[in-house]
Amino acid sequence: MSSGLLLLIILAIAGAGYTASRKRVMQLAHGEIRALHSRPNYYGMATALMVLVPTLIAFAVWSLAQPQIVTNAATKALPTAAIPDGQTIGLVMSDVQRVADGLDQAIEQGLITRDAAANLVSQDTDIRAVLGQAGVALGSDVHAGVLAAAQVYRTTQSTGNLWRSVVLIVLALAALGFGLARSTPQFRARNTVEKTMRGMLLAAACVAILTTVGIVFSLIFNTIDFFSLYPARDFFLSLTWSPSFGGGSSLGVFPLLWGTLYISVIALVVAVPIGLFAAIYLSEYASPKVRAVAKPLLEVLAGIPTIVYGLFALLTVGPLLVSIFGDGGSLGVSWMQGGTAVMTAGLVMGIMLIPFVSSLSDDIINAVPQTMRDGSLGLGATPSETIRQVVLPAALPGIVGAILLAASRAIGETMIVVLGAGAAARLSMNPFDAMTTVTAKIVSQLTGDADFASPEVLVAFALAMTLFVITLGLNVFALRIVRKYREQYD
Amino acid sequence: MTDTSHISRAPRTSSLLTEDARTKKRNAAEARFKIYGIVAIAIGLLFLLVLLTTIISRGTGAFQQTFVTLNVELQESRLDKSGARDIEQIKKVSTFGYNPLLADALSQSIVDNGFETEITKSKALRQLLSTGAIGQLRAYVIANPDQIGQTVEFNFMASSRVDGYLKGRVTRESLARDKNLSPAHLDLVDQMLAAGMIEKRFNADFILGADASSNRPEQAGMGVSMIGSLFMMLVVLLLSVPIGVATSIYLEEFAPKNKFTDLIEVNISNLAAVPSIVFGILGLAFFIQFSGGVLGIQSMKASAPLVGGLVLTLMTLPTIIISTRAALKAVPPSIRDAALGVGASKMQAVFHHVLPLAMPGILTGTIIGLAQALGETAPLLLIGMVGFIASNYPDSIMSGLTDPNSAMPAQIFEWAKRSDPAFYERAWGGIIILLVFLMTMNIIAIILRRRFERRW
Repeated sequence: MSSGLLLLIILAIAGAGYTASRKRVMQLAHGEIRALHSRPNYYGMATALMVLVPTLIAFAVWSLAQPQIVTNAATKALPTAAIPDGQTIGLVMSDVQRVADGLDQAIEQGLITRDAAANLVSQDTDIRAVLGQAGVALGSDVHAGVLAAAQVYRTTQSTGNLWRSVVLIVLALAALGFGLARSTPQFRARNTVEKTMRGMLLAAACVAILTTVGIVFSLIFNTIDFFSLYPARDFFLSLTWSPSFGGGSSLGVFPLLWGTLYISVIALVVAVPIGLFAAIYLSEYASPKVRAVAKPLLEVLAGIPTIVYGLFALLTVGPLLVSIFGDGGSLGVSWMQGGTAVMTAGLVMGIMLIPFVSSLSDDIINAVPQTMRDGSLGLGATPSETIRQVVLPAALPGIVGAILLAASRAIGETMIVVLGAGAAARLSMNPFDAMTTVTAKIVSQLTGDADFASPEVLVAFALAMTLFVITLGLNVFALRIVRKYREQYD
Repeated sequence: MTDTSHISRAPRTSSLLTEDARTKKRNAAEARFKIYGIVAIAIGLLFLLVLLTTIISRGTGAFQQTFVTLNVELQESRLDKSGARDIEQIKKVSTFGYNPLLADALSQSIVDNGFETEITKSKALRQLLSTGAIGQLRAYVIANPDQIGQTVEFNFMASSRVDGYLKGRVTRESLARDKNLSPAHLDLVDQMLAAGMIEKRFNADFILGADASSNRPEQAGMGVSMIGSLFMMLVVLLLSVPIGVATSIYLEEFAPKNKFTDLIEVNISNLAAVPSIVFGILGLAFFIQFSGGVLGIQSMKASAPLVGGLVLTLMTLPTIIISTRAALKAVPPSIRDAALGVGASKMQAVFHHVLPLAMPGILTGTIIGLAQALGETAPLLLIGMVGFIASNYPDSIMSGLTDPNSAMPAQIFEWAKRSDPAFYERAWGGIIILLVFLMTMNIIAIILRRRFERRW
């Protein structure tokens, strides 16, 4: 029985439980709804939940455990002769799995009968051809041992599926019986249902914690693997980054951090003045009409996906900068060799960050109480003097926090630097040189077909860990600054 | 009091009517400061304008495609030597076997129309047409074997360079170092254009079609990756809304004030700040390596929209939770009190009264979260949605979720990587499609907010 059908049956049992319990309590109460502890629907829901919650948990656990057991059984049935020299057991096992799946598909499509599939002998039938017809392509002819293992795989799998259906349906029916027996007018159905729902709400809230745990674990395990292959000292202190998949690579994080910081600084140099002045103007000078138009328009910049900025950097800003600063450019200097450079990525990232800085600062400036402005203006200060000497100092912690958040965003940005910054890791002061960043290297080390045992791939996890720690640190720091130095006005 | 009037003072030099130097300076500083603000906003809006005009001017070309109308004789001697019209025999002629037909048809049309050209080699002549043309021809012959021996009129896609010439991207100078097309080709194209054989028209295949291959930009389309994005958004919608709303209800309405609640809150605000690429790492290590590899769940594999959807769900959750909580907070406590007062339980008050009233705000937040997820690229790079050529439509909902596919932003990135101006044009065009989707979603969110938002 397929998982989908099984789930449908369980749902049907739960539905039956709902109507049956509802009917039963109404009957027991002789149609007198006031005799019930809860409204009739709650009795139905209590039974339905009684059926669904344990059965679905059991279903999930079973579905996770079964593949392990089946694979183990099949591995045991695999004779060592079936593993060619130089191949791992994992590769052969994936063959076994494909043969088994292919046979199942062939049966489904009516290419061979169920009995014929169970009694296949690799010498008699061209299994590869049969499977090919069923749409499963195999690289080589099927070894007898592989076939035997595949048969074990199939039988264990089908017994497992059969038992799963039986156990789960029995469990569901038992829960249904229990739920029905429980459904009497005295049963506090609403309280039970509400307790379960509360549990479900709490479980949903825990997804956030689980996600963090998932992120930390995926980073930590692979990072530890990396450091067991490559010395941590070299990673943090080496000044060169030259991975070579043949071995002997030098994987220093420093050049990448340098590129990341350089690009982020340029981005902030662009974004902070523009964003801050825009926020000041919008909150202090602009008429409501201007504000209603300009603010959403600026925020459109924040809604544009980063891939668009990346393409803009690669195809528009890069060539434009080359035509100004490059060889034979309009300035007559040849500082820039190619379109991808720190400057290209930094400028575009700055544009992306403008609305980020401006809307955060706008909120903070608006939070400064009007009485402070009135006091300053009453003393004869001009509006700009009020802003510079009263409003901005009061809003400073918030603005610093906003800038730090923008910096963390810049450090973690990926698409713009992948497309606009270049691929060469170098330590240079020239902003028109191509450099690369932590994020860009995570992408380039992980998008390939290399195996997960080489330090050149695993280094991506160490890089991601570095990135995670830096951005998290910046955020925590920013929030702390905002909290600690925030003036309490009311 | 009267004494003070006797104190002698230096005569006032300034008055309210004439500005002194210092006031002038202060007023000038005031005007300057104001101008800085206007300039900053103007720069921001200018960037927006430049970005949008660049996208539109570079991308609209992708929606048009150059087609060549050609009469092709389906020569019996080449397609079906036996003359028996046996479909199996006809299928044996490979795609490349159709090349001579095209070359003959092209030279024939040159003779018929009296074009002058110095190109004589049939292989050079074929460069005018997309390499996909032979496939189109073969598919037609296999579908209509009875047409063999006839002359049939076809509309073929022109090659990407001819297409670029009509769109002004390729010029005679830029062809100097091109090994596929020469200026002589362009002379021929000009003549064919005058004769009406070549025409540029709307190309629906760009919106609906599949990505063909890394060397046929003229055939590349967004259709399949759009389906991939659609399935991912389906996963995001089905998972992030229930989980996000449930989390917000718990935190806003039920959570006791304790360390555990604080832990959840801290986690949510931190997740909102984690770079998207780190979520990609999570997808790779947890969903693909661990769930798909170690646990053996077969639908968790690289490039599957299901995995992409799960990663994007976790990424969008903080956005949805933050906006849902704001919407729940905006419902006044008097509503809850009234419900509790007439005997509703806490759970009933929330689900029957507070949640329906908060719904417009939740919907708006959800749509904005989905729009964010739709444009997100970086995590998709790590779970293998780039580098995969999305050339087949999924045949069922299940295969749509688990079969390898691409997504719109990943497809755009893929085209941008192929470093060919013809693909760049496709990438810009793809961005227009993506932005149309995002704009629609945001407009729906704004309309919902305007229509249903209530202020108490």
